[in-house]
Amino acid sequence: MEQTVPASSRAEVPDPADAAPPPLPPRGRFGIRLSPLNRRRWRNFTRNRRAFWSLIVFGVLFGLSLFAELLANDKPLLIQYQGEYYTPIINFYPETAFGGDFQTEAVYRDPVVRCLVRTGGAELCLFEPETALQEAEASGTVEGEPIEPGWMIWPPIPYSYNTINNIDGAAPSPPDANHWLGTDDTARDVVARVTYGFRLSVAFAIVVTVLTSLIGIAAGAVQGFFGGLIDLFFQRVIELWGATPQLYIIIIVAAMFQMNFWLLVFLMTLFGWTALVGVVRAEFLRARNFEYVRAARALGVSNAKIMFRHVLPNAMVATLTMLPFIVTGTIGSLAALDFLGFGLPSSAPSLGELTLQAKQNLQAPWLGFTAFFAFAIMLSLLVFIFEGVRDAFDPRKTFQ
Amino acid sequence: MSEVLEVENLSVSFRQDGAQTQAVRGVSFTVERGETVALVGESGSGKSVTALSTVSLLPDSAEVTGSVKYAGQEMVGAPAARLRKVRGNEISFVFQEPMTSLNPLHTLEKQIGESLALHQGLVGAPARARIIELLERVGIADAERRIKAYPHQLSGGQRQRVMIAMALANNPDLLVADEPTTALDVTIQAQILELLAKLKREEGMSLLFITHDLGIVRRIADRVCVMQGGEIVEQGPTETIFRAPAHAYTRKLLAAEPAGRPEPVARAADEVVSTDALRVWFPIQRGFLRRTVGHVKAVNAASLTVHAGETLGVVGESGSGKTTLAMAMMRLLASQGPIIFEGRNIQGLGTRELRGLRRHMQIVFQDPFGSLSPRMTAEQIIAEGLGVHGVAKGQNPRQLVAQMMAEVGLDPAMMPRYPHEFSGGQRQRIAIARAMILRPRLLVLDEPTSALDMTVQVQIVDLLRALQRRYGLAYLFISHDLRVVRALAHKVMVMKDGDVVEAGAAEEIFDAPRTDYTRGLMAAAFDMKAVGAA
Repeated sequence: MEQTVPASSRAEVPDPADAAPPPLPPRGRFGIRLSPLNRRRWRNFTRNRRAFWSLIVFGVLFGLSLFAELLANDKPLLIQYQGEYYTPIINFYPETAFGGDFQTEAVYRDPVVRCLVRTGGAELCLFEPETALQEAEASGTVEGEPIEPGWMIWPPIPYSYNTINNIDGAAPSPPDANHWLGTDDTARDVVARVTYGFRLSVAFAIVVTVLTSLIGIAAGAVQGFFGGLIDLFFQRVIELWGATPQLYIIIIVAAMFQMNFWLLVFLMTLFGWTALVGVVRAEFLRARNFEYVRAARALGVSNAKIMFRHVLPNAMVATLTMLPFIVTGTIGSLAALDFLGFGLPSSAPSLGELTLQAKQNLQAPWLGFTAFFAFAIMLSLLVFIFEGVRDAFDPRKTFQ
Repeated sequence: MSEVLEVENLSVSFRQDGAQTQAVRGVSFTVERGETVALVGESGSGKSVTALSTVSLLPDSAEVTGSVKYAGQEMVGAPAARLRKVRGNEISFVFQEPMTSLNPLHTLEKQIGESLALHQGLVGAPARARIIELLERVGIADAERRIKAYPHQLSGGQRQRVMIAMALANNPDLLVADEPTTALDVTIQAQILELLAKLKREEGMSLLFITHDLGIVRRIADRVCVMQGGEIVEQGPTETIFRAPAHAYTRKLLAAEPAGRPEPVARAADEVVSTDALRVWFPIQRGFLRRTVGHVKAVNAASLTVHAGETLGVVGESGSGKTTLAMAMMRLLASQGPIIFEGRNIQGLGTRELRGLRRHMQIVFQDPFGSLSPRMTAEQIIAEGLGVHGVAKGQNPRQLVAQMMAEVGLDPAMMPRYPHEFSGGQRQRIAIARAMILRPRLLVLDEPTSALDMTVQVQIVDLLRALQRRYGLAYLFISHDLRVVRALAHKVMVMKDGDVVEAGAAEEIFDAPRTDYTRGLMAAAFDMKAVGAA
């Protein structure tokens, strides 16, 4: 029981002068010093193989989608023209920069621009790019003149989400070698749209979740911790707020303004922050009379610090249990709004809009299958990850 | 005499997540008819597990080997039907916590009637008559009317009486009482012990009594089994064990009584804190407009003075206002009347002004499990006050924490551990370190030893006394345990229902109590005797 206590019991109080603190634990893999508790949580999380691999897969997918501009774009990554290098994704170059006629941005997929770059600005490209290219490939000359050959490096998917492609036949076109998942009904490449759409969905969900959690936890904490009249008043406010018809407000706002990402984030946060208030409030109501809170108060610790240091960590488990529902719910809401046409404008790369197209074009099943698998994989991965997170924070597993 | 219960070579182990924990190892003892056997030991010694395994009341994760024979019948591995027949009928249980062992939604009639209907098929009027008879036997006044009462309408002692009535309902041969008085006040404890002894005599039952309190054992038991770490280290007749304990652990247990007396206080010691007719009244509000119709007088006109190096013991039963008084003095509760701390009236000071004073007045709470935040390390907990009040230049907080830990008898190497990794006594040391690191002048101790085992209590009392000597601390020591108070306090204040019944020098009060109430308290605490209708 007390065997770890040196010189206890009837002895004098030991002289503390020579007591030395133990060395700090070594830094972890990424130079971050995790507390033992968090290290145990991380171990619990990695022990859940499904959650761990889901996190890795999701991390790779989302990490790649963050660089969607480099993966799917209708501009080349790098151009060498007349011995100089150009980066069209970052910089604006008019067509005249490559010896063309127009002051507008070069259309890099246009045969004329391709020919100009390849041949180093041969005149013939402006009139007969096909002939000029053929000659350049065959003999390295155009109209007998020697050329300064240039080149372009294209992204793996040479289309952006809003590129309207020239396709043979009617859009939507089925999958082929150029368009791996076909095109949608305005001849835009589906792979490119899914890549950008995945990023948009996840980013939207993360931004909305972070904002609603911050507001919800703060509101719940204040209500639960102080209780009394504040609690009574804000509970009524939340009840009234919750009774507001969210969808109608969004439709009205969508009719008044051009909808964009941040406006939609604002609207979703406006109505979403109440989700966590109840749980956090209950945890704070429970914890505010705990003895360690009272002990902190006796030490003179300020209310804000008590809430942050003593009560909040204990409310975290309940919050984390709710979080997956908020994340997946937000992704679902965005898709639903886009599907109904009240979300982002139809040029935006939205998975909800893809679903709508799938419904309208039942003859093109690749649209429906793509939308379905994109949602299924994304939501499943998220649910698996959060399941692992919740288990890792489970006090019964952490405190053993 | 014949044996009612024979336990032979009983071992119990629990399996969880692949790990096996041995709770009881090879325990053997017998209980004879009409005999009281006490199982004594500190928490975690396997007393309760042993008792529960007699009728296979352990969870599924338990693995039981060995033999338990009740009246010659083997109970380990017996079919469920037979166990059910024995449970509550031939072997009855009384548990520790009277609050939670009664169903809050059932009346007394229903609770007791359930067992009567189950084992005797008694329903309707005869059952009712039997219930009233039982309640009268366990000393519940006005049983006819009380039969319709719900558990929350009864006091703790009454609830424990009802539990005993339930246990007696089917005239058991063996009553297993698992710490039945631990949650009760000393005066109530004495009454319950007397009741159990009387009932045992009248019914000719056997009693298996589980306790950590040797005082109770001496008073009630015929034979004692001393348990440590899942084993019985010594057993024999009570007289023999108390007179000539053979095992070292038994000797240690017997010696574990808060001994010694407080150090005398210097004559010219400064006054640290004093109150004058301090009162804490909670208004009772009724009606739509919440008019105040009366007050719950939690503390009524308490006047006290504590000097540096002096301990004022505040004693009284639960509900007497001891803790409320402490909270009010720490300004954690609203109160009326001046509180003079170091010559300054702190009543009515704002939060900001108080914050500066808080480092000089600190409090240690009763429950060492609840008073430490489970998600902070020992280092963070102890250093918390330093964060609020700052550290003097050139001092390293980690170094200060390490010194403080060594001072309260904890190894500084345990700094990064979390509260659940410490034992109860160690946690209480952490709580004391948290308060002491600010070098307060007044330390309020709210039942700091009540939740601890006897041997650990002694260590904490010694630690407190040593700290007081070293730093000239003023203690306000709140306890219902008069033995601890006697070992620590210079002055004593006895409280009852919010009133100060008696106050004065410790020796005077212990040697010559002036009021009946104090006399009753002393008798119950030191002799385990119920005096009058205390």
